[in-house]
Amino acid sequence: MKLTLKIWRQENAKAKGKFETYQLDGVSPEMSFLEMLDYHNEKLILEGTNPVAFDNDCREGICGMCGLYINGRPHGPDEDNTTCQLHMRKFNDGDTIVIEPWRSKAFPVIKDLIVDRTALDKLIIAGGYISADTGSAPEANSIPIPKHKADLSFNANECVGCGACVAVCKNASAMLFVAAKVSHLALLPQGKIEASERVLKMVKEMDKLGFGNCSNTGACEAECPKSVSISNIARLNREYICAGLTHEN
Amino acid sequence: MVTLNSKIPDGPLAEKWSRYKSNCRLVNPANKTKLDIIVVGTGIAGAPAAASLAELGYNVKCFCFQDTPRRAHSVAAQGGINAAKNYKNDGDSDYRLFYDMIKGGDFRSREADVYRCAEVSNQVIDQMTAAGVPFAREYGGLLTTRSFGGVQVSRTFYASGQTGQQCLLGGYTALCRQIHQGKITMYPRREMLELVLVDGKARGIIIRNLITGEIERHSAHAVVLATGGYGTIYYLSTLAINCNASAQYIAFKKGAGWANPCFIQIHPSCIPQLNLYQSKLTLMSESLRNDGRVWVPKQKGDKRHPNDIPEEERDYYLERKYPAYGNLVPRDIGSRAAKEICDDGYGVGDTGLAVYLDFRDAIQAQGKKVIVGKYGNLFDLYEQMAGINSYERPMMIYPAGHYTMGGLWVDYNLMTTIPGLFAIGECNFSIHGANRLGASSLLQGAADGYFVLPVTIGDYLAADIKTPRIPTDIPEFDAAEKTVKQKLEHLISINGKQTATSFHKRLGKIMWDYCGIKRNADGLKKALGLIDDLIKEFWKDVKVSGELNELNPELVKAGRIADFLEVAKLLCSDALNRQESCGAHFRDEYQTPEGEAKRNDAEYKYVSVWEYQGEDNLPVLNKEELKFDFVELKERSYK
Ligand SMILES: Cc1cc2nc3c(=O)[nH]c(=O)nc-3n(C[C@H](O)[C@H](O)[C@H](O)COP(=O)(O)OP(=O)(O)OC[C@H]3O[C@@H](n4cnc5c(N)ncnc54)[C@H](O)[C@@H]3O)c2cc1C
Ligand code: FES
Repeated sequence: MKLTLKIWRQENAKAKGKFETYQLDGVSPEMSFLEMLDYHNEKLILEGTNPVAFDNDCREGICGMCGLYINGRPHGPDEDNTTCQLHMRKFNDGDTIVIEPWRSKAFPVIKDLIVDRTALDKLIIAGGYISADTGSAPEANSIPIPKHKADLSFNANECVGCGACVAVCKNASAMLFVAAKVSHLALLPQGKIEASERVLKMVKEMDKLGFGNCSNTGACEAECPKSVSISNIARLNREYICAGLTHEN
Repeated sequence: MVTLNSKIPDGPLAEKWSRYKSNCRLVNPANKTKLDIIVVGTGIAGAPAAASLAELGYNVKCFCFQDTPRRAHSVAAQGGINAAKNYKNDGDSDYRLFYDMIKGGDFRSREADVYRCAEVSNQVIDQMTAAGVPFAREYGGLLTTRSFGGVQVSRTFYASGQTGQQCLLGGYTALCRQIHQGKITMYPRREMLELVLVDGKARGIIIRNLITGEIERHSAHAVVLATGGYGTIYYLSTLAINCNASAQYIAFKKGAGWANPCFIQIHPSCIPQLNLYQSKLTLMSESLRNDGRVWVPKQKGDKRHPNDIPEEERDYYLERKYPAYGNLVPRDIGSRAAKEICDDGYGVGDTGLAVYLDFRDAIQAQGKKVIVGKYGNLFDLYEQMAGINSYERPMMIYPAGHYTMGGLWVDYNLMTTIPGLFAIGECNFSIHGANRLGASSLLQGAADGYFVLPVTIGDYLAADIKTPRIPTDIPEFDAAEKTVKQKLEHLISINGKQTATSFHKRLGKIMWDYCGIKRNADGLKKALGLIDDLIKEFWKDVKVSGELNELNPELVKAGRIADFLEVAKLLCSDALNRQESCGAHFRDEYQTPEGEAKRNDAEYKYVSVWEYQGEDNLPVLNKEELKFDFVELKERSYK
């Protein structure tokens, strides 16, 4: 396959970026999208040009490190997958592909296609955990949990923290990300105990970090590579209202 | 020569750990707050270790090269985590889990360490559950388990095919809680490039900030490496592409012994290579072998659609050769069987380097819904990667480099041969011997991190409570920083004609061909020569673009590959030295008449521990003789 690539190049956080256009021949439909970029980079290096920087690690859709805006969609045209799982068989010979980093105030560009997503860690640090010191746990089966609840909790916790939900949201809201963590823990009896405190802290942190509000467009769910359900946002809202009513602080 | 004192506590096997805990030295809570600990790595070993140490009161500095600790490669573990809960009432016990691991490792690990891991396994599940890890459950609300290879009980806890992700997030959130409490300072996007010794003790590290390229100094009273495995030495492997051997190699060069480097596991079920530019091989969890049946056509080069090949023309070779364990044989055996059958010309697919893993019978017997429930995400993953719907036709699988049983030598305290340098998780050699059983690595990492290290490190630090904070403006740090800068500048200055990746690919091929599933003396000698040539070529002709003081992935890659080249020699030397077959180390020259691994207990019942001797000399081999006081050495049989 022969492709035209329009790639965002930006030297560092302070520099002004711009699109560069490249012609790439010899792409095989068997390649993954990132392998296509590897192939392109190998050529650039040998030509004496700096390769395009992009984040990636596991290359099997689970670490959440990759994340590119491809032809205007986070993780590209395919449903329910991460950029590294996208394969070139989804494109055609002669296509032009536009490749950009996540665009969001909360995720400043570091270089080329790499952005800073530490804001997501800050949300978890604010309270996205159960306080269970090592050694203090009761026997695991002393906490029975209805299977459907455990499954829902698991589904919420399938979030890989890639940030596609924020990137696609016109308000740059992190609602789905926060809702996934709040739901994962609030659905479990062992997480229920700190649920009110958790939701208040995480929402407060979200506002502090400059993420926008949720206006229920549903774009986040549609672009989430793990199909984390928007119903988690409804649960977050319920938890938040109840917490506001009952919380003593 | 280093002295290898394993420091195994006295007493009956089942009492060693509790005796140790009752007798070890402790650091009182007020003193803990004066002690600093560096933890490099945030996987299933590092994250729980950092969190647990911080909970105890130590000041922890934690490092990883990803942009957040939650992405350590443990996140990719699929199938499950073992524990001896015996919830299935099928006769499991601490002893049985211990015995399965010792036997699975082909009697090349230490009894006491393995038993301790089995002993704390139940606590690991309790701890994870309390932290909110949503393991799979029965309809009654209790936890469920499944079977994994190499054992006959059902003891593997799991969360669909994403067990590693769920377990790691448990550790990650505990780590975040301690960041919130101010007890952990987290440094993501940092790469450790040197270890600093002061008076022979590990006292700090030099790291490169991967965003700015700046070199930073960090000191502590003790350093913990939790830097994972380096199956990526084969270039194509099941690991994340950034996994590397550098932290271990750095420690090795500073005097830490490297144990059993040639014990490296090739996983039998991975998506085969589909194109020349492929950058990794995706694992298909071993749990699939619970319901999937492995076969090849009985006729060589049979090109029919697999569904058109009738039952009597299929060779279910694992069931045929190993009737007792069938498709659930341990990984080393499964991988060798696949290679042999393909080498004999029965392989399938375009390359002939694949076998079928078929779910037809399981879907017929249990219904598609049940299979979707058990493995849905794995089937989806397979379809995304290979473009094949395996509800309708069998998967194609082939072995790939996966897990490094070898690693830094540690004593019972998890301390390396360098005082104050600890190694936990996959980067140590501790408990898996010559072959690791499925679902026992998450267990080992978590056991080390949550329950073992926090105790044993106290025994070391108890003698250090009067040592004030270690300064970083001392000559030892100056020298270490200089070494790092020189190496990086050298790499950039070469400005040759070949990319770092191209060297990695060539190294991977050498390793796969001569130091992979099967090895022999001639091949290994040849590999050593080829690697030497490659090293020379690398330092003459590698091209690293970009600058020192910027985000520069090519520089990072080149540094890691330079280390891989050296580590590869260590692997081949160790494989050449070990003139026996055991576990994943299979030497053509040493096999039983049936073609199984033939151990030589009289001469090789030891851990080989390699010691660095400077750039111009070969490393020296030290031996830790293994003593088996509680189990009888047997030929492993899965027939
Ligand atoms: C695909 C796959 C599936 C698996 N499935 C299972 C399973 O089902 N059950 C099971 O028990 N085991 C499984 N394993 C094995 C298991 O996942 C690993 O052995 C285990 O997770 C390793 O954990 P770790 O904490 O030792 O290392 P890792 O999770 O690899 O973490 C290494 C950490 O070290 C950091 N690091 C490394 N080098 C440096 C450096 N120089 N500077 C700074 N930071 C550094 C990294 O950033 C990372 O944080 C699987 C492995 C793979 C590859
Ligand atoms: S690289 Fe890990 S999800 Fe894509």
